[in-house]
Amino acid sequence: MTEPVQNGDNQQRSQGAAASDLAQSDLAIELIGINKRFGAVHANKDIDLKVRRGSVHGIVGENGAGKSTLMSILYGFYTADSGEIRVNGTPHAITDSRHALALGIGMVHQHFMLVDNFSILENVVLGAEDSALLGPSLDRAKKELTRLAKEYRLDVNPDAIIEDVSVGTQQRVEILKALYRGADVLILDEPTGVLTPAEADDLFRVLRTLRDQGKTIILITHKLREIMAITDYVSVMRQGAMVDTLKTSDTNPEQLAELMVGRRVLLRVEKTAAKPGDTFLSVENLVVKDDLGVTRVKDVSFTVRAGEIVGIAGVAGNGQSELLESVSGMRDQTSGIVRLKGTPLSLEGDDGAHRARKAGLAHVPEDRQRMGLITAFEEWENAMLGYEDDPAYGKGIILDIPSAQAQARERIKKFDIRPANERLKTANFSGGNQQKIVLAREMERNPDVLIVGQPTRGVDIGAIEFIHNQIIKMRDAGKAILVVSVELDEIRSLADRILVMFDGHIVGEADPATATEGELGLMMAGGTDRKAPQARVAAEGETP
Amino acid sequence: MSSAILKPLPRWADVVLLPILNLALAFIVSGLVVLAIGQDPLAALNAIVTGAFGNGYNFGYTLYYSTNFMFTGLAVAVAAHAGLFNIGGNGQAYIAGLGVIAVALPLQFLPWWITFPIAIVAGAAVGGLWGFIPGWLQAKRGSHVVITTIMFNFIAAAIMVYMVVNVLKPAGILAPESAMIAPEGRMPKLGAFIPWFKNTDVNFTLVLALICLVGAYILIWHTRFGFAMRALGQNPTATRYAGMSNSRIIMIVMTMSGALAGMVAVNQVVGVQYRLVLDYVADAGFVGIAVALMGRNHPIGILLAAVLFGALYQGGNELQYVIPGLSKEMVVVIQALVILFTGAMEGLFRPGLQRIFMTLSPRQKAAAIEANSVKSGS
Repeated sequence: MTEPVQNGDNQQRSQGAAASDLAQSDLAIELIGINKRFGAVHANKDIDLKVRRGSVHGIVGENGAGKSTLMSILYGFYTADSGEIRVNGTPHAITDSRHALALGIGMVHQHFMLVDNFSILENVVLGAEDSALLGPSLDRAKKELTRLAKEYRLDVNPDAIIEDVSVGTQQRVEILKALYRGADVLILDEPTGVLTPAEADDLFRVLRTLRDQGKTIILITHKLREIMAITDYVSVMRQGAMVDTLKTSDTNPEQLAELMVGRRVLLRVEKTAAKPGDTFLSVENLVVKDDLGVTRVKDVSFTVRAGEIVGIAGVAGNGQSELLESVSGMRDQTSGIVRLKGTPLSLEGDDGAHRARKAGLAHVPEDRQRMGLITAFEEWENAMLGYEDDPAYGKGIILDIPSAQAQARERIKKFDIRPANERLKTANFSGGNQQKIVLAREMERNPDVLIVGQPTRGVDIGAIEFIHNQIIKMRDAGKAILVVSVELDEIRSLADRILVMFDGHIVGEADPATATEGELGLMMAGGTDRKAPQARVAAEGETP
Repeated sequence: MSSAILKPLPRWADVVLLPILNLALAFIVSGLVVLAIGQDPLAALNAIVTGAFGNGYNFGYTLYYSTNFMFTGLAVAVAAHAGLFNIGGNGQAYIAGLGVIAVALPLQFLPWWITFPIAIVAGAAVGGLWGFIPGWLQAKRGSHVVITTIMFNFIAAAIMVYMVVNVLKPAGILAPESAMIAPEGRMPKLGAFIPWFKNTDVNFTLVLALICLVGAYILIWHTRFGFAMRALGQNPTATRYAGMSNSRIIMIVMTMSGALAGMVAVNQVVGVQYRLVLDYVADAGFVGIAVALMGRNHPIGILLAAVLFGALYQGGNELQYVIPGLSKEMVVVIQALVILFTGAMEGLFRPGLQRIFMTLSPRQKAAAIEANSVKSGS
C-alpha cells in the first residue's frame, strides 16, 4: 500500500495487516493514483484502492469526502484526470457505464432507476433487450431470473409492478438488474438509506450470499454500524484523500469515526439524569388515518413531561410518521385529544400546524427536504418558515426583510451553520447544515414542547454530535421533548424513556439504562417476528 | 450522464439574454416566411417598428394593447408564484365586463374619477369571482385549476352572449352591444394630458396597470402573504408543515389573479369602447400567458414583455397598410411565431447557453458537479 499516512500512528499497524492480506492475483479492482479535479475542487487526491475478489469492501467518509466521485470514476461516469484502473489485474480506461458493465462492474444507485409502472421482469430487461420483439427477451429473462433467485436467494415475483412492491424489493430489482447484465463487482451507494432495519438485515443477508458465491461488493455508506456488520475491509476517505484501508475485524467504530472526521468524536451522548417536571404534552386515545384511509395510529396515549426526552422506537412504517404529523398539526386526527400543558390543542384543518406552533409546540420534521425546508428559497426565508406571522418580522402585512435577514444571521452564528451566508439557496447547504437550519428555527422560539422526527437522518457524524447536544440542552432547560427515530442506537442514547411502537400501537415502555437491544428489538417486531431482532442482536456487540 | 450536470444560468443571462435570443430567432423565422412569399423582410421589420413606435399616435396604440397584456400577464404570474396555472384569464377578463358595465351605466353622469374606482372594484369583484370558483374547486374538491379555468372560459363566453343579447342590449339597436356610457362617465384618454399621444385609445387605465405592477412586486416579495404564496408554489408539503392554510392561499391567489385579469374590462369598457361589446378581450388572456413566461413572472419582465406584444399587435396592424402584399393573416403568423418562440419554446436555447457558460467558467462547472453530487447523496 502506498497511501500517505495522514493521521496518527494507530493506523500503521492495521494498514500493514490489511496490506499483507491482499495478494495481487486476488484483486478484483485496483485503483492506482486516481486524481480528479473539478476546477478548483480536488475531489479525488491520488487515491489508491485495492478491492479483494469475493469480499465486501466498505468505503466510508462524510458527505463530500469524494466517495461518490471515486465510484463514478470506476463506473465510467467520470474520467479520471490521472491514474490507472485495473480490473482483474488488467488496466482499462473505462469510458462509460456500458464499458464498466462489460467489464463486470455494476452499480446500484441510491435513488433507484426503475420504471414505476413496469413489472419487475420488464425493468430487468429494459435496456438489455436482444431483439425488436419483446417476447423472446422476456422469456429468457424469466428463466435467468429464476436461476439468479435460486442461486443468490433473491426471490422476487417477476410479474409484480414496481410501484406495488416495497422499497426493499425495488432494491433487489436493482441488484438483479446488475446481475442479469453479468456484474461480478457490485457497487452499492448508500443502500440502506431508504430501507427499514428489517429490510436492511435482509439486504445484508443477500450481500453475504453474493460474496460467498464469489461476487465482489463495494459498499459506500456513512453508517459505521453497517460497516462493522457486513464488510470484510473498510477504506476511509476524508476531503478527497484516502486516509486508510483497514481490516474490519481489526478496527472499531470510534477509530473509523475519528479517521472520517479528523478529530475525536463522541458516538455516545453524554448527559445527566433527567429531572422530569410537570406533564407538558399529553396524547390521549389518538387515532390517525393515512392518505389512503388506512388507520395507522391506533388508540395511542402517552405523556411527555418537562425536562425529559421521550423516544419512540419502532421499525419505520408502524405509524410513527402519522403520529408525528398528527400531533404537530399537519395531519387531521380521526379521534383523540392532544393537550399542551393541559389545554387541548385544536389541530384540524390545513393550518393546524400554525395553531400548534402558536401554542408552543415546535416540530422538526422527519423529512427536512420534503417538509421542513423549501430548498429553492434562500436560507433566511427558511429561517422564518412557519413563523412568518411573527411580529419580529415586521408590522402589518409587510415583511421587514433586513430584520429577518439579521435574525437569520444571528442563528447561523449560534448554530454554527456553514456556509455562514443567509442569502445562499438552502439546497446548497449540506444535509447536516440543513438540519441545523430547521433546528435553529424551531428551537430558538423557546417552545414548551419540541417534537423531533429522525433528528440525524442523512447527517454527518460531526453534526450528529452537535444536534444531540442541542436537544439535550433544551431538555435541561426544562422543555418536553419527543424524539422519533428508526435508529435504535439514537433512541437508546438520547431518550430518558423509550416507548416502542408497533402496528400503530404503543406496545411497551422501556428504560434505556436497563433495556437491552434484544428486548427492544423483540417489542419492535411485535414480539412475534423473531428474525429481525436476532439480526440486530448479532450486530449489538459491535456498537459501543 | 455528465451532460445532465448543468448549472442554472446567471440571472442576467436568464432574464435578458435568453429572451433576446428567443426573440431574435422568432424574427429570423418570421423573416424567412416573409421572404418565402416574396416580400422584403427588412422592410416588414421596419414597418412593424415604425408602426409601433414611430410617432405618438402609433405608440399610444401600442401602449393601449400593452395595458391589457400587463393585466393578463400579471394575472398569470401571480398565480404561477403560488404554483397555480391560471389559463382562465380570458374568461375572467371577459366576464368582469358585466361588473364594470353594471356600475358604469347607472353612474354615467358622475365625473370619471368617481366612476373609475367603482368600476375597478366592480371589475375586480366579478373577475375575482371567476377566479375564486376554480380556486375553491381546487382547494376544497381537488379539481385541477387548469381544467376548470379552461372550462370557465367557455362558460364566460356563453354567459356574455346571453347577457349582452338578452339583457344589456337596448331595444331598437341591432348590434349585440350594451347602451353607450355618457361622456362624463368615460375614462380620459392619455392624449388629454399628454398631447403627443393625440386621440389614441391609451387611457388612464395604463396608470392603473403600472400601479398593479408595483403592487404585485410588493405583494410577491415583500409581504407575509407573498412569502406564503411563493412557499406554496415551491413546496405544498412544507406549507402544510408550516401551518399556512394551503386551501386559503389557493382561493385568495386565484381571486387576485381573476381580479387582475378583470382590469382588462375596465380598460376596454370605460376606457375605449364606452359600452359592452362581444369578444372585446380578443385573446388578451392567452397572450398574458406568453407575457408572463417571457417576463419570468417578474413585474419588470412583464412590463417589457407586455410592451413588446403591444408593439407586435400595433405594428402588425400597421404592416398590412404599409406592405399590401402582407395580409392580416400574415401578421397573425408573425405574432404566433413570436409567441411560439418566446412563450412555448422559451427554454430552447437554455441547455446550449448553460453549456457555453460552463465552458467559459470552470469554477461554475466545479460548483455544478459538486451541487449535483450533494443532491445524489455523498
